[in-house]
Amino acid sequence: MESYKLTHLRELESESMYVLREVAAQFENPVLLFSGGKDSILVTHLARKAFWPAKIPFPLMHIDTGHNFAETIEFRDALVEKIGARLIVASVQESIDKGRVVEEKGVNASRNALQITPLLDAIEEHKFDCAMGGARRDEEKARAKERFFSHRDDFGQWDPKNQRPELWNIFNGKKNMGEHFRVFPISNWTEMDVWQYILLEDIEIPNLYFTHMRKCFERDGMLLAYADFMQLKDSEQVTERQVRFRTIGDLTCTGATLSNASTLEDIIDEVASTRVTERGGRSDDKRSEAAMEDRKKQGYF
Amino acid sequence: MTQEHTMDKYDSKGYLDMELLRFTTAGSVDDGKSTLIGRLLYDSKSIFEDQMEAIKAISDRKGDEHVNLALLTDGLRAEREQGITIDVAYRYFATPKRKFIIADTPGHIQYTRNMVTGASTANLAIILVDARHGVIEQTKRHAYIASLLQIPHVVVCVNKMDLEGFGEKSYEKVRKDFEDFSAKLDIKDVRFVPISALLGDNVVDRSKNMDWYQGPTLMHILETVHIGSDQNHIDSRFPVQYVIRPMTTEYHDYRGYAGRVAGGIFRAGDAVSVLPSGFTSRIKSIDSMNGPIEKAFPPMSVTMTLEDDIDISRGDMIVKVNNQPEQKQEFDVMICWMGDRPMQIGGKYALKHTSRDARCIIKEVKYKLNINTLQKIEDDSNIGLNDIARITIRTTVPMFIDGYRKNRNTGSLILIDEATNNTVGAGMIV
Ligand SMILES: Nc1nc2c(ncn2[C@@H]2O[C@H](COP(=O)(O)OP(=O)(O)O)[C@@H](O)[C@H]2O)c(=O)[nH]1
Repeated sequence: MESYKLTHLRELESESMYVLREVAAQFENPVLLFSGGKDSILVTHLARKAFWPAKIPFPLMHIDTGHNFAETIEFRDALVEKIGARLIVASVQESIDKGRVVEEKGVNASRNALQITPLLDAIEEHKFDCAMGGARRDEEKARAKERFFSHRDDFGQWDPKNQRPELWNIFNGKKNMGEHFRVFPISNWTEMDVWQYILLEDIEIPNLYFTHMRKCFERDGMLLAYADFMQLKDSEQVTERQVRFRTIGDLTCTGATLSNASTLEDIIDEVASTRVTERGGRSDDKRSEAAMEDRKKQGYF
Repeated sequence: MTQEHTMDKYDSKGYLDMELLRFTTAGSVDDGKSTLIGRLLYDSKSIFEDQMEAIKAISDRKGDEHVNLALLTDGLRAEREQGITIDVAYRYFATPKRKFIIADTPGHIQYTRNMVTGASTANLAIILVDARHGVIEQTKRHAYIASLLQIPHVVVCVNKMDLEGFGEKSYEKVRKDFEDFSAKLDIKDVRFVPISALLGDNVVDRSKNMDWYQGPTLMHILETVHIGSDQNHIDSRFPVQYVIRPMTTEYHDYRGYAGRVAGGIFRAGDAVSVLPSGFTSRIKSIDSMNGPIEKAFPPMSVTMTLEDDIDISRGDMIVKVNNQPEQKQEFDVMICWMGDRPMQIGGKYALKHTSRDARCIIKEVKYKLNINTLQKIEDDSNIGLNDIARITIRTTVPMFIDGYRKNRNTGSLILIDEATNNTVGAGMIV
């Protein structure tokens, strides 16, 4: 008998391509938020597949905190070049210079929360009516209820009590002037799915995900990468460690993991045996139990 | 190279050969739904240490006796404060055999809309029944929605068996009562499992307390239930979602029709008709970035090219010449109303069906359904939030439709309030 079965990865792939095509069809001016992490690299890959042999019909936008790993920026520029995409960079530093946001003070200062203002400013400036992101529902409790098509009011805010029901695969992207949508094409993927698929499709990712020697220091039980703009406490010592990163975000709050994983297969084995969630390594989520939810309501990704 | 071949190369550990099962859970408040989901996640080792620590800390603070597994699935802050779930939340876990997506939906009467939402994409529904209370009105409502939404498989979990001394009697009563009721419904595959979500009996591990039950555990059912036939592989339907025109030197004249197969099987060379124009052609190729695709079936997202140059745009449908959907402007749907404002008879709504947009007018209410008794109420045309009714609609353009029972993809539609842009109705074509 002939079999008409898709594996879970191909089914997820198909669902995401479908969502990306709906965005291209339903919105006039969508943008794909690109952070340089594996999830946004995945969405970019899926977008290439969705519109092949044409180019991706929307630009990529990076909200640059200025606290990046150098590798992220190199990787970003090479990728954009390779696929012929248009890149827009919105800068947190610029928002700080313009006085639109105020830099956090102290040793735990992070620019993660500051991304909201440049993001919303850029959406307004470029008149984007839809911003796609690589968020997954399995990342964090508050995201478990996020829709594929998430409606935002004209302040960019998310109201968890007032979301449109999402039925079958019929997405309602209708909106009033000034409103926009956040769309999450890989909502249904888990961290494991992402790694397995990267292996399956042989997708290029930054070296930061693989083991390497790096100057690190410990803070609040987390291993952080050292960079010259980081303020150290007296008790904190910088040492060379063999590490890799499970997520790549703002350098100041992305925890490194001690690891020897040098191939994708190694990473998958490591993910399969790890007992801590990805975001468990991000200090911005630890600040309060409902941290993510608060930031989402304000318009964070 | 075809996609299957690239896969073999790495498939030493089997994880590239897993299927996806989407299921929904329904139960009344306190039947143990959150505990059951927590148990499935915990016993399948899908809980991370930091998540476990977080809920341990909350349980300790509240002075709970055991670690409250229910907290694992408890989402937003407002809900945490009220101590209830009020919206659909999605959870993920995997075993070596399958990957699972749970649509966790609340069971209170006012949230029919959430249950319908969760059920719309599910292959399987778990309906929880408290062994002490047996089949109650809400159970019937859950069963009806599973049937209305045509969820192919239903598992009735008789929970809290520990509070009934693990005895067979209450289980048998649930089974009989449920079967009596579901005989009136259209559920193809129903199974029953006696469990204790709190203690873990028959959830993942076989119970040592219920020798009289010889059937599989809940997890075994989830891992093995046959889902290969849940999609329609007979009636070929390809709603065009997006037209791909690279306009590069290499692909100068390329015109690809992108979409997700909604039914049947398509191959290069097939004779096809394009709706609504009725023009016929043959499939020249089915393309993907990884190479040509030999056969496309639901739910694959592919791009097709045709032998002939035909003007095709989003909302058109490519079908086999010898097997076509109905083309209609007036038809009946079972509607589940989800808007805060009642449905307006004679009112106009925007409508979305596959990739096709239209407007429609509500012509009449045939009957409203009492979903506890399944009685048809013919003289009540007041359709408000959470009501289910059979209505007749008339659309501005012809729609290419199948009955929902034949095809969930081409048999479903949503209605949108044009003033608020909110999704206000979920429709299943009769
Ligand atoms: N004795 C016993 N109690 C249970 C069982 N399952 C759930 N409970 C308890 O029933 C109460 C309600 O459970 P919960 O999972 O929050 O119910 P929900 O409202 O359906 O999500 C909690 O106090 C649970 O500990 C069971 O199998 N046996």
